Amino acid sequence: MTDFPILSLTTFLPLVGALLILVTRGDDAFVARSARILALITSTVVFLLSLYIWFNFDRTDPGFQFEENAEWMPSLKIGYRMGVDGISMTFVLLSTLLTPICILASWEAITVRVKEYMIAFLVLETLMVGTFCALDFLAFYVFFEGVLIPMYLIIGVWGGARRVYSAIKFFLYTLLGSVLMLLAILAMYNQAGTTDIPTLMQTHFDPGMQKWLWLAFLASFAVKVPMWPVHTWLPDAHVEAPTAGSVILAGVLLKIGGYGFLRFSLPMLPDASVYFTPLIYTLSVVAVIYTSLVALAQEDMKKLIAYSSVAHMGFVTAGIFSLNQQGIEGALFQMLSHGVVSGALFLCVGVVYDRLHTREIGRYGGLVNNMPRYAFAFMIFTMASVGLPGTSGFIGEFLVMVGVFKDNTWAAFFIATGVILGAAYMLWLYRRVIFGELTKPDLKNFLDLSPREIALFVPLIAIVLWMGIYPSSFTAIFGPAVDNLIKTHQTALLHTQQTNVAQAGASGSGE
Amino acid sequence: MSFAELNLAAATPEILLAISAMALLLLGVFLGDKSMRLISWLAAGALCIAAYLAVHVAPATGADPAFGGQFIVDGFAAFMKVLALLATAAAILISIGYASRNDMMRFEFPILMTIAALGMSMMISANNLISLYVGLELQSLALYVTAAFRRDTVRSTEAGLKYFVLGALSSGMLLYGASMIYGFTGSTDFTVLAKSLASDGQPAVGLIVGLVFLSAGLAFKISAVPFHMWTPDVYEGAPTPVTAFFAAAPKVAALALFTRVLIGPFGPLLLQWQQIIVVIAVLSMVLGAVAAINQRNIKRLMAYSSIGNIGYALVGLSAGTQLGVESVLIFMAIYIVTTIGAFGVILAMRRKGEMVEEIGDLAGLAKSQPLLAYSFVIFLFSMAGIPPFAGFFGKLFVFNAAIDAHLYVLAVIGVVASVVSCFYYIRVVKVMCFDTGEGVFDRPDPTIRVVLLVCTLFVLLGVFVPGPVAEAATSAAASLFPG
Repeated sequence: MTDFPILSLTTFLPLVGALLILVTRGDDAFVARSARILALITSTVVFLLSLYIWFNFDRTDPGFQFEENAEWMPSLKIGYRMGVDGISMTFVLLSTLLTPICILASWEAITVRVKEYMIAFLVLETLMVGTFCALDFLAFYVFFEGVLIPMYLIIGVWGGARRVYSAIKFFLYTLLGSVLMLLAILAMYNQAGTTDIPTLMQTHFDPGMQKWLWLAFLASFAVKVPMWPVHTWLPDAHVEAPTAGSVILAGVLLKIGGYGFLRFSLPMLPDASVYFTPLIYTLSVVAVIYTSLVALAQEDMKKLIAYSSVAHMGFVTAGIFSLNQQGIEGALFQMLSHGVVSGALFLCVGVVYDRLHTREIGRYGGLVNNMPRYAFAFMIFTMASVGLPGTSGFIGEFLVMVGVFKDNTWAAFFIATGVILGAAYMLWLYRRVIFGELTKPDLKNFLDLSPREIALFVPLIAIVLWMGIYPSSFTAIFGPAVDNLIKTHQTALLHTQQTNVAQAGASGSGE
Repeated sequence: MSFAELNLAAATPEILLAISAMALLLLGVFLGDKSMRLISWLAAGALCIAAYLAVHVAPATGADPAFGGQFIVDGFAAFMKVLALLATAAAILISIGYASRNDMMRFEFPILMTIAALGMSMMISANNLISLYVGLELQSLALYVTAAFRRDTVRSTEAGLKYFVLGALSSGMLLYGASMIYGFTGSTDFTVLAKSLASDGQPAVGLIVGLVFLSAGLAFKISAVPFHMWTPDVYEGAPTPVTAFFAAAPKVAALALFTRVLIGPFGPLLLQWQQIIVVIAVLSMVLGAVAAINQRNIKRLMAYSSIGNIGYALVGLSAGTQLGVESVLIFMAIYIVTTIGAFGVILAMRRKGEMVEEIGDLAGLAKSQPLLAYSFVIFLFSMAGIPPFAGFFGKLFVFNAAIDAHLYVLAVIGVVASVVSCFYYIRVVKVMCFDTGEGVFDRPDPTIRVVLLVCTLFVLLGVFVPGPVAEAATSAAASLFPG
């Protein structure tokens, strides 16, 4: 089993599907139909493969599993290495779960250039899964940056009215952050002589240099997360992207930023991470409070959910840098939960958008009267977003607040206000869209959820409740890895202290 | 000098090129202009054989001098010659269709390109300031003629004239610099220069002045800022296949020459010339990124893009290390393929036989000719430096060399300029893919399709490129650093 390259297979199988779609010939209707079916089959098989990883994952091992090694640039000691630990494995699963759902969600919404659309989504899946599986920093970067291309095309070709502006803004914003990280990677490579991630985690970089490297990483991950004040690309991109594009954007791409902090900033640059923690707390608190207030003022459903994403990701960054078990586990849990919940909320917007072709909140109201099933699904995800106990959102937010409280009570206090504000804007949104009298004439002939739409929401509702009621099946996976992360972090800090003491001693005796 | 000292075997590729150019000229005279197609294929064949021979005659390690040290063959020369010669061959092949439609069916065209390739090959192997100048002029004179090849159109003749006048100016600067260097050191031979400069402590001011003039002349040839003024006009005015040629092969040759001069004889003066190259690199990258934003003509856009790309190559050169030279080699290899591919697409974009040069007119290309459009998308993303395409790895190696040489600020300016330049690349993607246009585009010529297929595969499978190319580049770069 160890020789079986399951991770590479999961990563690159979507490309095979994309190739199959590419060579399909025939009249337009046939090509569109077979593209949809092929894409759905491929992404479902990929999801089943990732379930295999889930079931065969050794939950006691904190290190990397299913490792693969292949030569890439042997003369430079850069290799193609794959492997997952408890932290990355759950993200692989999140990506492979959301992709088939996205393809199903685009079944009827996308009518032009279906073939290219499905190819773009499958390529995107390959790049997302690869990002989480890569154990070589350069391979990670290739996947990480490559994501921009399909996403740029998805927003730009199938997006809304201001799609060009949004697509270009998304592309350039994200790219500017990433190229600085690339330089940091090169600097680390020149110091350590390798881009192997486990080796780099063991390497001690000079604390002065760490600060620069950390800032370069921040430039990249903060844009991805996104953190205030570099979040402005997100509302634009979300509003203009097609529904499925928003789902992937909120569900997976934002998580790459958080994953990056956990995988690179914390273990590789431990001293700088401690040094910059107040900065992260400040930015997170501003993000939580400010973007929640902005969300309250939105008239566009997608924009509101986009701002709520920034606020929720503020919890994540604060949790990660609390640097204790509860905080980091909470951040991870919050990321998974937010991936499912915000994805589902965008699907909810997509359902009514497909019917009325507007996202303006004022145009809706009273949908509970003729769409009871839709109202139910929307309610579950609203509650999960608010953080109601019993849903996944509660566990994540609670653990983060516990973790941050242990480290810094004031930060925890301010972050907790985000929970109240979150409840305010989400419940108000729900009230305006679902409740009230059904007076608007164009809403009266709306049909309730179709069987296809029900098939989209049922698994997501199940996961949200499962995560909320029995979180241990997830924390058991990343628990050991987080534990290990914190322990190595402490050792690294101790190491720096000892070298400092030794240096001070040496200079003292020299005088 | 005895016959053995001549070491003619080392110059086999150049001899082959010279003979085939003359033979093809005779053939063309007898067969007339209708033989242009045949002569193009023969010239491309000769160039490919010469490229093979260039690898064949190069020694595995060290250098093999010929003509009493005027001419040198080493791994570096072999690598660069393969690039320049194959790029010329590809440029000849993609021009056939254009020539047949635009009254350029004259047999001299492929022959002039072959002669230019011969000049490039000599530049790359030059080991003396005199042979450097001879090779450079042979190449330049052939290029001036090709720029003005559509002599009955105003734009083409204007481009040719502009290129000639400014080229002559730069040659003058180069010669002046060379004479200063000769005056202050007493030699024009690179090997002797390297030895005497290494033993001298403080270099004479006159020598530095000479070096600056020499660099200015060479910077003109690679169209680096501030000697780039001619590039957009010449690129726009020259016939499109000639532009494709200008953007690829001569750049390789001139950059190879620049690298050899700076690393070889002037290697000991690294601290002096590093400042010059850093400044030129920064200016080229920034101007290439910023000035292209407002361009409406795709050929002008490519001109600024090539200025920017030369800036990135110079980042690698400015490191002045073996890693730096290696990165220049890798970057140029990838740059050549991408450029030839991009120009192949530009040549193929026609509506009812009319060339399309305005960027706005490309709207709807993705609908009409999806394969053409998406291969252009791939080239554009590659030039923008987005992984997983080949162009990313070119930039990666260059910046790696800069970081290795502690040129951090240069690297940061470089990546930021690269993001700015991304804007205009993805804007072209936007026009092709997002905008809907009325136009129906013609099907490309068969030779262009073949060249495009090769280039697209190379760029698309970019992740597999760096391994083998880096290996070849490592040994090639090592030949410039004896000991």
